[in-house]
Amino acid sequence: MRYIPITEDERREMLTSLGLEKIDDLFQDIPQEAIFQGELDVPGPLSEAELIRHFRELAAKNQDATKLVSFLGAGVYDHLTPSIIKHIIGRGEFLTAYTPYQPEITQGVLQSIFEYQTMICELTAMDAANASMYDGASALAEACLMACAATRRELVILPATLHPEWQEVVRLYLENQDVAMVYLPQDPQTGTVDLSRLDEVPWAEAACVVVQQPNFFGLLEPVAELEKRVHENGGLLVMAVDPISLSLLKPPGELNADIVVGDGQSLGQAMGFGGPAFGFFATTDKLIRRMPGRVVGETVDAEGKRAFVLTLQTREQHIRREKATSNICSNQALNALAATIYLSVLGKQGFRDVGYQCLQKTHYLKQRLLEIPGLKAAFSAPSFREFALRGAVDWAEINRRLLDHGFLGGLPLARFGQPELALFSVTEARTKAEMDAFVSTLRGLIS
Amino acid sequence: MTVRANVPLIFERSTPGRRGYRLPELDVPETPLEELIPQEYLRSEPPQLPEVSEPEVVRHYTQLSRLNHGVDVGFYPLGSCTMKYNPRVHEDLVSLPGLSAIHPYQPEETVQGALELIYNLGEHLAAIAGLAKTSLQPAAGAHGELSGLMVIKAYHNHRGEGHRNEMIVPDSAHGTNPASCAMVGYKVVEVPSDERGGVDVEALRKLVGPNTAGLMLTNPNTLGLFDENICEIAEIVHAAGGLLYYDGANANAILGIVRPGDTGFDVVHFNLHKTFSTPHGGGGPGAGPIVVSKELAPFLPGPVVEKEGDRFRLVMPEHSIGRVRSFYGNFLVYAKAYAYILSHGPEGLREVSETAVLNANYMMNKLKDVFELPYDRICMHEFVLSGSGLKKHGVRTLDLAKRLSDYGYHAPTVYFPLIVDEAIMIEPTETEAKSTLDQFIEVMRQIAKEAEEQPEMLTSAPHNTPVKRVDEARAARHPVLRWRKA
Repeated sequence: MRYIPITEDERREMLTSLGLEKIDDLFQDIPQEAIFQGELDVPGPLSEAELIRHFRELAAKNQDATKLVSFLGAGVYDHLTPSIIKHIIGRGEFLTAYTPYQPEITQGVLQSIFEYQTMICELTAMDAANASMYDGASALAEACLMACAATRRELVILPATLHPEWQEVVRLYLENQDVAMVYLPQDPQTGTVDLSRLDEVPWAEAACVVVQQPNFFGLLEPVAELEKRVHENGGLLVMAVDPISLSLLKPPGELNADIVVGDGQSLGQAMGFGGPAFGFFATTDKLIRRMPGRVVGETVDAEGKRAFVLTLQTREQHIRREKATSNICSNQALNALAATIYLSVLGKQGFRDVGYQCLQKTHYLKQRLLEIPGLKAAFSAPSFREFALRGAVDWAEINRRLLDHGFLGGLPLARFGQPELALFSVTEARTKAEMDAFVSTLRGLIS
Repeated sequence: MTVRANVPLIFERSTPGRRGYRLPELDVPETPLEELIPQEYLRSEPPQLPEVSEPEVVRHYTQLSRLNHGVDVGFYPLGSCTMKYNPRVHEDLVSLPGLSAIHPYQPEETVQGALELIYNLGEHLAAIAGLAKTSLQPAAGAHGELSGLMVIKAYHNHRGEGHRNEMIVPDSAHGTNPASCAMVGYKVVEVPSDERGGVDVEALRKLVGPNTAGLMLTNPNTLGLFDENICEIAEIVHAAGGLLYYDGANANAILGIVRPGDTGFDVVHFNLHKTFSTPHGGGGPGAGPIVVSKELAPFLPGPVVEKEGDRFRLVMPEHSIGRVRSFYGNFLVYAKAYAYILSHGPEGLREVSETAVLNANYMMNKLKDVFELPYDRICMHEFVLSGSGLKKHGVRTLDLAKRLSDYGYHAPTVYFPLIVDEAIMIEPTETEAKSTLDQFIEVMRQIAKEAEEQPEMLTSAPHNTPVKRVDEARAARHPVLRWRKA
């Protein structure tokens, strides 16, 4: 095998040093009936050249966003990613390191996580962030569990406007710990949480209310009313936010959020068929010791020089076992590093430009599409990078035909029970020419 | 490693007005911001991100990378973490736009290649596990444990046996095992190890009962020992109505040699970032797929991929627990594991485990006269020494670990498993040359000698690293978790 350096001679020599004759003697502790007698039913071995050919063939069976013009979003976005990210995260010192357990020889990873935590705090205006979670959805589920632990309550209020897949993940995590869920309904007109029906849920029993900002439909939720209601009743405000929107929107910390999570895919990550990106997780000083996951802190070395180290580990599974705040161990460190590089190279102004362009281009496409007879805005609330349109058309069929013209159309919401709606997303990567061509093609298909 | 850490934070390199990346000019007509978003939703201050140029960013992170040890830098015998070589061609493969630039909500007919990859990998992992069906949703090992336990719980509930709420976990288990149990509301029942390092079978017999949901086992266990009684253990748990969960953290010992399903396991998780060589990335992303028996397959988290004729489709299994995260797991991670399996083939995979086990035994044999070996028997892919003999010189295992850094090695896993005093857990993997093993053995013996003759060399170690010994207690006492402008 090309990755095994030991030669046949060395193998024999090593066996001899152990007083053994053959490789099978190494497995003498395994009971005979447990030994697998056949040959594994897997293909290969392939040479590197054959492997590359096979992967090219698989990749060629997919149609990707370098060839198609995409208006798909709903959690994964086609943003511009600066070239340097892949070069830096490809460095073996980052790529092939484990979790930084030995701080003296892993200051590179540790410092980059400390920078990442600082950036997440800046974006969210929260006190502290952890080193990353698997994704936004599981981060939100953990945030709800943390709120339950912090308030000693076993009920969570969720908005019906939360991403449907995130709802499923949260439900699964909470059900397994017997935590109850109640839903705040959607206002059919604005598309946001229905403020006239807030009295329908038991605030006094709630560990937290969750707000997704912007919500699944790209709409801005009235956070202040929900914040007031939950805090008056001793619960926590948990916000799930789109990091790009924080270039423009009031940060959760200023809205008195207690826990903030989100998905970091839009911060310099490949779409990658949905993974890997990362989840971020931030909270207040008061709740730090209830936070799940790895955290890096600043300290000094034996000579008093600044150094970084994994800290507050008494929350974690390898110390506390079943009493840990979470079972999470490996997270998405390399993706968090990619986001750190992204936010560094975009910088203060560049990051704002991304949000601003997303907003302007989204607005432009929305206005242009609304010129098409038969299409209406689905909701009235202000939106950020996504919008839903209503039309009595077969969106899946329309999308099939758009593909022939090189477009990935908006997401048909039939899969989420809203057959007349489609959700369109526009990032800074789209050009006016692409959008104009899309509008005219769609107009032709609909009329 | 003699680079000295003196790298400022990226924020400390900031200069007002400096920029690193420019977007294309905005090419659509602009609408005033306040007309699009009401004032009360807008932030008054932008986030204080650094203002740096592209060359500065590249140099900054390159300098940081040089402070870091990785498998590419040197030997990394971190027990239970399987720090093997990560083939570079895999990075090229997952950079193909046909894999990296596809959206999870694209119509299925436009992602047939991706679905085929998922389907094939699921089949191959099932073949390796000796079980029926795979879900690639879980993002890491602990996430796989959580998912697998949810599947077990759903299975018991489905059969009207929801009262089963006790999960048996050995005292040698990874911390994630009991923590994952707590996440699904299971009570953890600890079973002790016997004098050979395996599960104490007689104790297990007394622990199982009508409330037993199952047993979680790492095999080989965290001592690097194969549990000789596995078939009997499986019988005991199954007879009580429980299921067997296989923690695949140590699967690098068994590829093509033992299929966990054949020995009675009902659920297996693999750490693809260990056994199947996807890079750890400084703490992730990993991938922790679970493979289950035919009986449990309807409960798997979804969606999973099914093949119908020559088409591939995403479907939710009949009684699926649901989604454990969004979309389809860490696709670009597990695609590398797929490449790894294809590169090796059946014989190559077996050779991986044979060599990993040979390397571990070779090292163990050459070290057991200088360090205590609490369980002196043939090991699998890793072994656990005890540093307790160093104590008489005023030296601890931690000091040995730090001293190894001076010689350019990453330390083994230390102080785990908990049942060995001053534990030193060494996993060489199969991708190290014999000369590397010999050099490491020599250094370990040298350090043992230093402990005797100049213990302060160890207690004040490391000496040649980017920073000297780091004050962990101070970090925890006064948490400083972010940078602030002075």
